[in-house]
Amino acid sequence: MSIDQSTAAKVAKLARIKVEDDALPALADEFNNILGFIEQLNEVDVEGVEPMTSVTPQRLKRRKDEVTDGSQQDKVLANAPDAREGFFAVPKVVE
Amino acid sequence: MSDLNKLGLAEARDALRKGDTTSVELTEACLKAIDAADALNAFVHKTPEIALERARAADERIKAGDAPSMCGLPIGIKDLFCTKGVDSQAASNILKGFKPEYESTVSQQLVDAGAVMLGKLNMDEFAMGSSNETSAYGNAVSPWRRDGDDAQLTPGGSSGGSAAAVAADLCLAATGTDTGGSIRQPAAFTGTVGIKPTYGRCSRWGVVAFASSLDQAGPMTKSVRDAAIMLEAMCGHDPKDSTSADLPVPDFEAMLTGDIRGKKIGIPKEYRMDGMPEEISKLWADGAEMLKAAGAEIVDISLPHTKYALPAYYVIAPAEASSNLARYDGVRYGHRATLEAGDGITEMYEKTRAEGFGPEVQRRVMVGTYVLSAGFYDAYYNRARKVRTLIKKDFEDAFAAGVDAILTPATPSAAFGLGEMTEADPVQMYLNDVFTVTVNLAGLPGIAVPAGLDAKGLPLGLQLIGKPWEEGDLLNTAYALESAAGFVAKPQQWW
Repeated sequence: MSIDQSTAAKVAKLARIKVEDDALPALADEFNNILGFIEQLNEVDVEGVEPMTSVTPQRLKRRKDEVTDGSQQDKVLANAPDAREGFFAVPKVVE
Repeated sequence: MSDLNKLGLAEARDALRKGDTTSVELTEACLKAIDAADALNAFVHKTPEIALERARAADERIKAGDAPSMCGLPIGIKDLFCTKGVDSQAASNILKGFKPEYESTVSQQLVDAGAVMLGKLNMDEFAMGSSNETSAYGNAVSPWRRDGDDAQLTPGGSSGGSAAAVAADLCLAATGTDTGGSIRQPAAFTGTVGIKPTYGRCSRWGVVAFASSLDQAGPMTKSVRDAAIMLEAMCGHDPKDSTSADLPVPDFEAMLTGDIRGKKIGIPKEYRMDGMPEEISKLWADGAEMLKAAGAEIVDISLPHTKYALPAYYVIAPAEASSNLARYDGVRYGHRATLEAGDGITEMYEKTRAEGFGPEVQRRVMVGTYVLSAGFYDAYYNRARKVRTLIKKDFEDAFAAGVDAILTPATPSAAFGLGEMTEADPVQMYLNDVFTVTVNLAGLPGIAVPAGLDAKGLPLGLQLIGKPWEEGDLLNTAYALESAAGFVAKPQQWW
């Protein structure tokens, strides 16, 4: 499986990381190098093997469905780069 | 008492209880050592006011006869742990200035146990790295140097600042975290002890997430006894982490009898890698001899899927990271890029993440995005999870055959020089974790114990791997190995 520049650009877009066009060839090379290493997994016979979902067999704990936390608006917003009137502020999302 | 910062946890605890010293004296000795060690770049946020306040409170408690297990003991906290009101940026520019409004469960438990936080410790960005060279704070530097050579060496990674600080006696002990070897590899590189407990032993709540199915916190200390004391304080069930185990935490220190007679120690043949340095093979053989001399039975075992652990890890960990790190979008905390006129929310995300994440983090997020993308999910991610099942089964088979613990080298070499791997491709750096990553994939406890020096005077470590939830037994075997190896070397102070 070889990754070309347009695939590298697509992956960067999906990951929401801006990559300049002139950096794409090097990025594609890096991906190919890492994926080449990962390709070894194709040697393993995984027929009938369950993919691991939890490394320690356990049933997730349940608790009562009730409000246990909240009313901390100031704390939630304290680290925001731009908070106004009790909200997170972002550039316009809907035209 | 002089050189109080050089004490371990157990010695300092005993001295405090006898009244030979005070927590304030211990803390001041550490703060002085920290201020004199800026060349190591281990402590990246110092918190002397918090430290002295907690030290004074600890001295009151000791006087009142109400001293919990780590009362008054000064420690460092890896920057990955959220600490209330204190910078916690996972060594990333994207979290620059982030001051959590809450305390991680593990660091809170340490506060409750009376420990004194001296400050936050350097690490690889988001714990992604094996040399502490991906940090936004710059490299942490090992206090160790090769004989007759002043080249700066890596303390290992990702818990490089923790390892450097403990080895250089800037603190009595430190917290670390381990996703693929990030406690054990730096411990081995710096002649310190580091244990990664069973997945689920320590709460992950408030620890900045890298790969949630692999991440575990653990202590980095000057001795196995200290590791037992500190691990016990860090462990325990936490309703805020759904994968935290609701199991009793035993008194690990009380389990250190040094008696390992009749224990079966497995030596996995697949860990005998091609081109393994002679010093490492000898260290490994010597370690096996020491355990045998202490009464253990040494048996050859096979863990047939070992070879596939690293490639499986480099699918699973980036996949989880790409998901976990999606939260750094410039909206709720940390860095936001300056936008140009006409930039919308997508440009804000893309520019913020390009500016905030370093190259290794960007690489892993994108590899993770790729292996999870439509059309490749089965070929890469699901296949890796199946291989993970097989890797875990290898260990289960060995334990079912009666093996109590497994002995391996901790790292494929001694510490390398800072910058030496810069030209190598990322996969070369990934190979550092070849002996440790299997343990994370299988969710098992693993401990690195210093066992010898190489020809250039650098520490080498051995790793012991235990059964799930049997950290106490594992620590006891490590204690026997530590006693037999008699490692006492310390770095010569040059900083």
